[in-house]
Amino acid sequence: MKTWILALATAIALGLPATAAAQCDLDNDVPLTMLSNSFEAWKIMSDAMTSCGNFEATLDADYRLKINDALAADPAVYTMVGVSNATLTPLLADGLVRPLDDLVEAYGQDLLPSQLIRVDGEVVAISMMVNAQHLMYRSDVLDVLGLEVPETYPEVLTAAEEIAESGLVDYPLVGTFGAGWNLGEEFVNMYLGYDTPMFTDDNRPNVANADGVAALEMLAALGEYMDPEYLSFDSTAAQQKMQQGQAAMTNLWATRAAAMDDPEESEVGGLVEFAAAPAAFAGGAPATTLWWDGISIASNVTDAEAEAAFQVLLEGIDRDVLAEHPDAAIWLSNPPIASDVAVGAQASAEGGAPAYPSSNLIGIMHNAAGEFIPAYLNGETSAEETLAAMEDAYLATARENGLID
Amino acid sequence: MNQRTFWAFVGPSLFMMVLFIAGPLVGVLVQSFQQQRADFETVERESCTPFGCTTETTAVPVTDDDGRIVTRTVWVGWDNYAALLDPDAVRAALNAPGDALRQLAQIRFWDALRFTVTFALVTLPLVLVLGLLLALAVNTLTDALKGPTIFVTLLPFIITPVIGALAVRWLFIGDGILTAGLERLLEREVAMFAQGWTIELMMLGYRVWHVVPFAFVIFYAGLQTVAAERLEAAGIDGATRWQKLRHVIVPHLMPLIVFVSLIHLMDSYRVFDEIVGFSASGYRTSLQYLTYEFLVPDESGNRSIGRASASAVLTMIGVVILLVPLLRNTWKEQRRA
Repeated sequence: MKTWILALATAIALGLPATAAAQCDLDNDVPLTMLSNSFEAWKIMSDAMTSCGNFEATLDADYRLKINDALAADPAVYTMVGVSNATLTPLLADGLVRPLDDLVEAYGQDLLPSQLIRVDGEVVAISMMVNAQHLMYRSDVLDVLGLEVPETYPEVLTAAEEIAESGLVDYPLVGTFGAGWNLGEEFVNMYLGYDTPMFTDDNRPNVANADGVAALEMLAALGEYMDPEYLSFDSTAAQQKMQQGQAAMTNLWATRAAAMDDPEESEVGGLVEFAAAPAAFAGGAPATTLWWDGISIASNVTDAEAEAAFQVLLEGIDRDVLAEHPDAAIWLSNPPIASDVAVGAQASAEGGAPAYPSSNLIGIMHNAAGEFIPAYLNGETSAEETLAAMEDAYLATARENGLID
Repeated sequence: MNQRTFWAFVGPSLFMMVLFIAGPLVGVLVQSFQQQRADFETVERESCTPFGCTTETTAVPVTDDDGRIVTRTVWVGWDNYAALLDPDAVRAALNAPGDALRQLAQIRFWDALRFTVTFALVTLPLVLVLGLLLALAVNTLTDALKGPTIFVTLLPFIITPVIGALAVRWLFIGDGILTAGLERLLEREVAMFAQGWTIELMMLGYRVWHVVPFAFVIFYAGLQTVAAERLEAAGIDGATRWQKLRHVIVPHLMPLIVFVSLIHLMDSYRVFDEIVGFSASGYRTSLQYLTYEFLVPDESGNRSIGRASASAVLTMIGVVILLVPLLRNTWKEQRRA
């Protein structure tokens, strides 16, 4: 007997109700596709959208490398794309996403005004969650040592020193310091924490200054308290260090907060608490950037496809779907979905943390930071040399693209 | 063979070579002297997000009537190459005795070149010697053992390079099993991914492990053609094992040694998988990785096709320079024959 076929069929049959739990009220007959990032929240939404029928999602952590080319094709390779404040910028510049105002009017009565991403008045994306890196700390460790929750990075260093001396955990800190995008993001967060503009009015770089040096020195000082292999750490590695009880504090994405209490992965369930990202200096805003995630619809699809896509999109971010996973992200929904893990990001936003800039310039500097700061953290270059190299790299790319003469 | 038959056979592959090899090569060469620029204008833009509405002045590219960015292709001469090679910084470095190497290492191209050349030249002798030793050893085995031994020996070569690199990375990173073992043995903390030289060592070791089977198979095949009478004659002349190897076997295998060297130099000069697999880019980059970095769009969708092309052209020139001595030798020998 072909028992394995039987087993497979049973598995599929048993599996179906699980996805059907996110019930779609539509019966979609237009073939639709979506490309997006791949973390848990996107899985939840794309599962719900799949239940509408004729919908296929591609979840890819490197989605941003593909979206521009995919949407520039005519017809576009994907009907919808997941976007964020940063990744929307190039799509917008090239006219690759369509205005959604008429669709919002027709179908979007339940959307909050804050969910509508508008540029010059036109709705260009529907957002459903916000994200930010913020402080996660082991409350038990801080309690034993009688430490206050640090509110600034200098305080983080003081606390880290005491934790290191106590020997309660392997490493006081862990961070997303991996060379490349992750480290670039850390620099952007820290530098903007000093409230100094990163560029001049004529698109020239402005990081080789006292605040740039201070930001780099702070990153290096934090690195001293981390696992020596920290230059290879991404969000998942940092999350695991916390889950395994090897580190006591981190500045990590809100979408990772729920994992701290996941009984299947975490050894420190119930011990990790959340607070605003530390400020760069006393009295400063939390040194982190706020991100939103949303969905846009391609310009190069037919109006009929866009209309079907918008309805399926709304099913994906339906409140009933999102409320089943209140801790997977900080959802934007009407009425709001209460979450235990949102406090860190909320406190950061209330403390005045800026949104990650939506500009052509920031991506270039972000990249340069990710490329050149590792050599500084390794002790191969000085802070001044590193910042000068970053500015040079920025200028070369900006010149090549025509941003400056 | 008459003219027509000749062209009928050669024509299709010639066409393919022009289409898929010569064409792209010329394309890359041309692009290395160009830049695709957009015109930017500074506009005031109001944007509303979940974090509120803001009005900011920002640079946006000029678009045509269809809303597409207008780019123009600009001939920039040697600009892309200059941006890569950074001659000013090189001059400054050379004028700073004692600090020259450190300053040179800060220019990404020269740093990548240093690693790439080291990688190619250090792995080459190791691959040749280990491959030959392995072939000699297997050649002395009984026939029953040869088959299984060859199969097992070939395994490292069959593994997809990135997968193999990842596997080795997991053995060593953090408290990986081998690092834990090392720590117990040395009775001290070991972090293999915390400094450049250990990562470089692991990458070199991994590449040797991965490629030795290739050299082994080629040499083993070559050993089957060494005439038994010659070895016997050498033995009668009183040659030791070493002398037989040195004066009979190695000269016989020379064309194969040159072949393996050519292939290995070409392959290892394009080192890329190791950088990705060992997530080594914070410590070591290669020329090929540099090209890739220029090509990958950043957060705002910018990329540097011009510099990527220049870097690719320079990589190609590097391979050719590395191969010249070997090719010249082969050519001389052919002429002598």
